[in-house]
Amino acid sequence: MEDINDVQNLEVASEGKQYIVVSLGEEQYGIDIKYIDNIVRMSRITRIPSAQNYFKGVINLRGEVIPVMSLRLKFDLEPDEYSNATRIIIIKPESQSAIGIIVDEVKEVITLSEEEIDKPDASESNDVNKQYLSGVGKTEEGLVTLLSITSVINEKESV
Amino acid sequence: MDVSQYLEIFIDETKEHLQTLSDQLMILEQEPENMDTINEIFRAAHSLKGMAGTMGFKRMQRLTHDMENVFQEIRSETMKVEPELVDVLFRGLDALEGYLAEILETANEGTEENEDIINSLNSIAEKATGKSSDGDAAAAPKAEASAAVNASAGEIKYDTIQITDFEKNTFDKAKNENQNIYGITVYLQETCILKAARAFLVFKALEEMGEVIKAVPDVQDIEDEKFEMDFSLVYFTKESMEKIKNAIESVSEIREAVIGPFEANGSAAAPQAAAKPEEEKPDAPAAAPKPAGNAPAAQQAAPKPAAKQAAKKAPAKAAKPTVGRTVRVDIEKLDVLMNLVSELIIAKNGLVSMSSGDETETKSETGFNEQIEYLESVTTNLHESVMKVRMVPIESVVNRFPRMIRDLNKKLGKKMELHMTGEDTELDRTVIDEIGDPLQHLLRNSADHGLESNEERIALGKDEVGHIYLDAYQDGNNVNIEVRDDGAGINIEKIKNKALDRGTVTEEQAAAMSDKEFIDLLFRPSFSTAEKITDVSGRGVGLDVVKTKIEGLGGSIECKTELGEGSSFIIRLPLTLAIIQALMVEIGAEKYAIPLSSIQTIEDVAFGEVKQVQTKEVINLRGTVIPLIRLDKLLDVEPGEFKPESLTVVIVKKGDKQAGLVVDNLIGQQEIVIKPIGDYIRCSKLISGATILGNGEIALILEANTLV
Repeated sequence: MEDINDVQNLEVASEGKQYIVVSLGEEQYGIDIKYIDNIVRMSRITRIPSAQNYFKGVINLRGEVIPVMSLRLKFDLEPDEYSNATRIIIIKPESQSAIGIIVDEVKEVITLSEEEIDKPDASESNDVNKQYLSGVGKTEEGLVTLLSITSVINEKESV
Repeated sequence: MDVSQYLEIFIDETKEHLQTLSDQLMILEQEPENMDTINEIFRAAHSLKGMAGTMGFKRMQRLTHDMENVFQEIRSETMKVEPELVDVLFRGLDALEGYLAEILETANEGTEENEDIINSLNSIAEKATGKSSDGDAAAAPKAEASAAVNASAGEIKYDTIQITDFEKNTFDKAKNENQNIYGITVYLQETCILKAARAFLVFKALEEMGEVIKAVPDVQDIEDEKFEMDFSLVYFTKESMEKIKNAIESVSEIREAVIGPFEANGSAAAPQAAAKPEEEKPDAPAAAPKPAGNAPAAQQAAPKPAAKQAAKKAPAKAAKPTVGRTVRVDIEKLDVLMNLVSELIIAKNGLVSMSSGDETETKSETGFNEQIEYLESVTTNLHESVMKVRMVPIESVVNRFPRMIRDLNKKLGKKMELHMTGEDTELDRTVIDEIGDPLQHLLRNSADHGLESNEERIALGKDEVGHIYLDAYQDGNNVNIEVRDDGAGINIEKIKNKALDRGTVTEEQAAAMSDKEFIDLLFRPSFSTAEKITDVSGRGVGLDVVKTKIEGLGGSIECKTELGEGSSFIIRLPLTLAIIQALMVEIGAEKYAIPLSSIQTIEDVAFGEVKQVQTKEVINLRGTVIPLIRLDKLLDVEPGEFKPESLTVVIVKKGDKQAGLVVDNLIGQQEIVIKPIGDYIRCSKLISGATILGNGEIALILEANTLV
């Protein structure tokens, strides 16, 4: 929670969408703020036997059992190394139950207008990881890959 | 004016009244002379009629009205209760239940008129009383009365309605579409109390057949009851005047409706129109020569009433599927809860004053402990009370069964009686909702296959009347429901032959199977031993569905049978779904919970006692060979450093089968709250959920049933 307050660009723009920027290794990803319920520090994860490999297990979030997935494992990156900056982002999509996503670090909140977002090129979408993208946002600091969060958390039997 | 907010209350109360009707009709069949029962039925029918009328469910109202009429006759002793009548009444009851089901789903009573039931009701009443009934009893007297009034008080107030130029355009459009334009003045009875409600019903009825263009006073005022005993409308429709008049007058407490063609003669020329109510048709061709420039204006105007109508309909639609799942709670239970909450607040205040209060440390420490203990007892009680609120007596499910058995009685031509005990046994609401169908299935089974025909029973020297028992009772943390009959019992040979026939089992397997294992075959999908399929049961989709449903509720079912003596099905259900007793165990560094209900014993087994049979590990426990399951391998737990001298084995059972689960360490028994894991994770069936331990850690719950 405190991380949201840390960020600078809090002013709400009348147009455009707000994204929370998180980092995984060298890359920056943006998550639409409307899906985000909460951001919590790393807590004890209870392993679930024979679950999908990218599910680290479940955590106790104020009395609710929330499944937690590793974004790194989902994207076939190096396994997570938990640090002080590691956070679990609790996603609460409409009409679905909450789910946690482990990220290396939460950076800031940005506001992107339509023009600042490039839609993904359809011809390239055969790449497995591309299906999780909803576009690329251009900021002063560089490019942010915008995640289509619903396709990230909803398993398509691709494995 | 919107009655949808009363829908839930209506549904609840209707259910209650229907249940009363059903119960009392059962009694009436046995004791046709019982005046109390007759009065009770009359009252229930009367209340139903009133409620249905208020809600605007006209068909339902009409049917109950006729039922009420019949009882009125019985009450005044002009006719007697005949078995034939009871049958018709039961059919009427079913029809009412049909309406209710339709209302539950769509917030509308549907279009089934049930004319045949109404007709038979009336013809019975006619025959018995000797006088001709008024046919369509609901509408007839009213129609007569209003016809009389029509002549005297029928003032044609609608003629004074003023039409703006803007509205006139819509008139032209309607004429082009061959719609009739009527003026209507509706008079309410002087005694009418809910004027706005009645007006609303009139509007509702009218909107089904056409469009109300204008009302005097305007719609808002009518809704706010700002009108005297009448109101006037301009109305577009394709229906005939007669039909509209009838529709309006079928709303109760409407004295009469005066209707005639309406002529929009321009701004303030209304009084002229007063002379024209006799004209049959509105002057349709008059619209034609009007300048064409009017057409776009008409189009502009048209969407307005349409939009208005849509806006009116929208809230009704949104309310449709939202008949909530509610629990009726005894006010005493709520009082207890309230008390506990206030105690909780007191406990909190105690702690607050403790932390801010005096500094004498020793004193505050003992006080602190006291407060904690107090808090503990309060929360425990609170928990218990909340659980109790969720509990519903099983009565609400089983009270429809006597009626069902009665019907089966007639249908199957077998004499039988249902004996029920323990209807006040309480179960969690979620379980109650689900248990009805399986029980019904079992009862039908007993009635159809279990009990022999009357002749056979006499030949066997049994009581001619077959008996079916439904017993519910609490047994520790479970509730048992037993469905028992004194019929023929299950013929094991028959199952065996059938199983061999179908290739379900081979000869060798059959030879090795126990009676119990044969009976278990009955719970397999599509396995029916009934020789002929009746519409009561026997399609082979019975017991397996029952079993799945009950297991889905966390319960179990077993069957005992004695050839020639009868059979019984015992359903065992957990008291509540959310909280169970479990044994906490450790495997490696991980903690798991095993539901206590599936655990038989816990054994210490030396390594030497583990034998290998067909490459599987087994132990011989007091003469029974039990397969061992290494949970650490099954769950991919990293083995701990700790090397025990012997194995700790938790013996779990499912029916007659057992399995030994090897665990590293026992922690102890604990009451745990089951939390779902959610559907994101594809975990094995082994894990049925998770629970949060006192220290905030999560432990997974092992579904021992899947291991056996």
